[in-house]
Amino acid sequence: MTDRLRATSSSGIGCKGKERVAAIAGHICPIAGGPGDREGDRGGGGGGGEVSRFDEVSLLAAMASEEVHCAPISAWAKLAQAPEDPILGVTVAYNRDPNPVKLNLGVGAYRTDEGKPYVLHVVRRAEAALVGDRSRNKEYLPIVGLAAFNKLSRALAFGADHPAVLSNRIATVQCLSGTGSLRVGAEFMAQHYHTPVIYVPVPTWGNHNKVFPKAGLKLLTYRYYDPATRGLNFAGMIDDLQAAPDGAVILLHACAHNPTGVDPLPEQWDAIRQVIRAKRQLPFFDSAYQGFASGDLDVDAYSLRSFAADGGEMALAQSFAKNMGLYGERVGALSMVCATPEAARLVEGQLKLVIRPMYSSPPLHGAAIVATVLGDEKLFQEWKVELKGMADRIIDMREKLYQALVARGTPGNWTHILKQIGMFTFTGLNKTQVDFMREKYHVYMTGDGRISMAGLSTSTVPRLANAIDDAVRNVA
Amino acid sequence: MMMQEAGRHVARAILHGSGRTGARVAPSWSGLMSGSARCISGSSVLSTWWGHVGPAPKDPILGVTESYLADPSDGKVNVGVGAYRDDNGQPVVLECVRMAEQRIAGIEYMEYLPMAGMKRFNGLAIKLAYGDDSPVIKERRVAAVQALSGTGACRLMADLQHRFRPESQVFFPVPTWSNHLNIWRDANVMVKSFRYYNPKTKGLDFEGMMEDVKNAPNGSFFVLHACAHNPTGVDPSTEEWKEVSSLFKEKNHFVVFDMAYQGFASGDTSKDRQAIRIFLEDGHQVACAQSFAKNMGLYGQRIGCLSIVCHSEMEAANVQSQVQQIARPMYSNPPLHGAHLVATILSDPGLKELWLKEVKMMADRIKLMRSLLREHLEGIGSQINWEHITKQIGMFCFSGLTPAQVDELTKNYHIYMTRNGRISMAGVTTKNVEYLAHAIHTVTKAQK
Repeated sequence: MTDRLRATSSSGIGCKGKERVAAIAGHICPIAGGPGDREGDRGGGGGGGEVSRFDEVSLLAAMASEEVHCAPISAWAKLAQAPEDPILGVTVAYNRDPNPVKLNLGVGAYRTDEGKPYVLHVVRRAEAALVGDRSRNKEYLPIVGLAAFNKLSRALAFGADHPAVLSNRIATVQCLSGTGSLRVGAEFMAQHYHTPVIYVPVPTWGNHNKVFPKAGLKLLTYRYYDPATRGLNFAGMIDDLQAAPDGAVILLHACAHNPTGVDPLPEQWDAIRQVIRAKRQLPFFDSAYQGFASGDLDVDAYSLRSFAADGGEMALAQSFAKNMGLYGERVGALSMVCATPEAARLVEGQLKLVIRPMYSSPPLHGAAIVATVLGDEKLFQEWKVELKGMADRIIDMREKLYQALVARGTPGNWTHILKQIGMFTFTGLNKTQVDFMREKYHVYMTGDGRISMAGLSTSTVPRLANAIDDAVRNVA
Repeated sequence: MMMQEAGRHVARAILHGSGRTGARVAPSWSGLMSGSARCISGSSVLSTWWGHVGPAPKDPILGVTESYLADPSDGKVNVGVGAYRDDNGQPVVLECVRMAEQRIAGIEYMEYLPMAGMKRFNGLAIKLAYGDDSPVIKERRVAAVQALSGTGACRLMADLQHRFRPESQVFFPVPTWSNHLNIWRDANVMVKSFRYYNPKTKGLDFEGMMEDVKNAPNGSFFVLHACAHNPTGVDPSTEEWKEVSSLFKEKNHFVVFDMAYQGFASGDTSKDRQAIRIFLEDGHQVACAQSFAKNMGLYGQRIGCLSIVCHSEMEAANVQSQVQQIARPMYSNPPLHGAHLVATILSDPGLKELWLKEVKMMADRIKLMRSLLREHLEGIGSQINWEHITKQIGMFCFSGLTPAQVDELTKNYHIYMTRNGRISMAGVTTKNVEYLAHAIHTVTKAQK
């Protein structure tokens, strides 16, 4: 670019519409000049880098079609609006809906029978204790997070006296809830694991399909849900694990599978484990509902404890969003169960290198709350009671919805509502029916027909039952 | 077909209790589960997938505090990590923060924030960065996403750059905060550098910087420290910023301002954002990675904001939607508590006023420590020119100490700092400043 050009090229900044056209007409502006051009570099990008032609007529014409950029142009001019997240977008749409009887059964956040969010009493007490303690500060946590939290989370998942815990071969790092734990674990595996391929069940939580590829793992699938039975396709799952390469990473939902609510039986878990161990595959557990599935923390941990007990290695992404109601505080932990304490130590060191360029260290508040609750025997026992209360209310909603559909004689077999486990019911409704229910009844759920039972209440069950009944009878 | 049959057979056999031959049996933890656990990998129970994983190098900054904490000696001094300390060397929670915390405890739900974070927080954060009456805010041209403090904001920016400007490179001053390089590298953006610090003058190499800016390809991305450059404490003057802005316009470079010390540099939050103001007045569309770790003492809360000034309201919406897409597979949505605290403080005139006073107090204490350290060094007869201690701005002093001298300070005096000679003035107190001066003088006596 000549000096004259350089001096006047600044005219384009921030100009819009007519001003922009006038500015270009009145000054000299390079055609197709803009970011990425190298000075003196011919033929690069859009219209060539070295600019010496200025044709006002063609400039203005091109302006109309937005082809030309007057320098400097926005670095983001070519960005399109990103699509809404399929799950979080449901709440966005719900919030926009002015209808007074709208019902949000989208995102899996627990609601009381009055339809309100619920902050656990033990959380409030822990919070009050923290606020009142002036000796507490807000310093950076270590990269691996709050040590007390890590220790207690590990104990919660595996059991305090689990041999793997006692032998110091588990590296646990605090992460940003389940998502953050999955992402950090996956990035570590993509960098250090010999077979950077992960198999996820069909279907799985939508965000799995984003997290793993972004982290650098190749994403493949194994059969899981059987639409015909609305239960587990156990034979298909075993077949696909057998057919998967030796050493692949296998994503497993520890309990309360999301979105289907279909879990393997204990003896099926044993069989799954045998295959995975025979194939030397790496199990990566996603545990977001411990305590929410059956109401019992230990029962819900059967799968991951049995894997951790057989001497093999595994990974665990643990979330406290649901079972402690700490959704927005982003509290979770990644545990890498290794064969030896030495391996665990090395792994922890490398995990820090993944975390540091992502967010340096995890947030303090939520972890401090969890550590307070888990570390106090009284609070811990009270928590278990509240947790069971939430799980029981969900089971009650299942019962009520089932009865309501039976009472209406709604076509089809609805026993899966009772059999499925955890926060969600995979209704079996199709996208057209889902859209119909949103349009006519202002009932919001994810497009795969997943409803959050936690969003139902005694008073809203009839409305939902009516909507399902209508959809099933009248919409293909 | 055969494989599938075999698989089913195995599954059935296992389900009915018959184990495979050649299995090694791990100890049965009958207290934990029904049935016995069998490890049938066919190889040693103790084999690991991670044996090849090497020991990770210690983080050059955070590793310093780890070493300091491990040191049992009395009188040890930590001038490593940039976290503010009071004159007793104690961490500080600001009064405005305590009050905000009391106010919000027990009253808010803990629901998920949107992916872009707390809207109210974002709105207040960008007003602080760009000015309450900023035209770009009035015109709704600023995409703002709550981020995990400064690191998180930088990472979102780096990932956005990689995704939508993959051909671009990013330029950092030499030296810069070490984690900048990790962040952009992990985002797979090519990292370059431009001259910045002049070791001879211990000030700004303005000519070198301008030359390197000029020689960079048009439309490159630059990360500039808005104020209180880390680690050197060397900032351009107002006039120099204006010249930089002009040159950047000619080159159509994109600027990311890393602003981690607004209020900490001069004690005045408005003054400390002058670089951003100059660039905005010149019509640049800048980005800003903003942190509240230091100026609100919210280090552990991880609260910051990435904002990007766009061409139009629509473009800002598009950009924001794309940044959200980067957050979703990283952590879904940002943490609530820190955003609540900042929003409470900034939206309440009384609390905000208190905060501004407290920030100025912190900045003033640091300025005082700078004076004291320099006075002591000069007073005990050091022949070295220590002018830079009081000229440099913000939390850090780039002392000019060599790695060998730093190691000596650590080994013999239990004084901890990063090996580039960066002293965190926030760790200096009236109680340790003399000791520090003597130690520095001793290890530097040999040089001129």
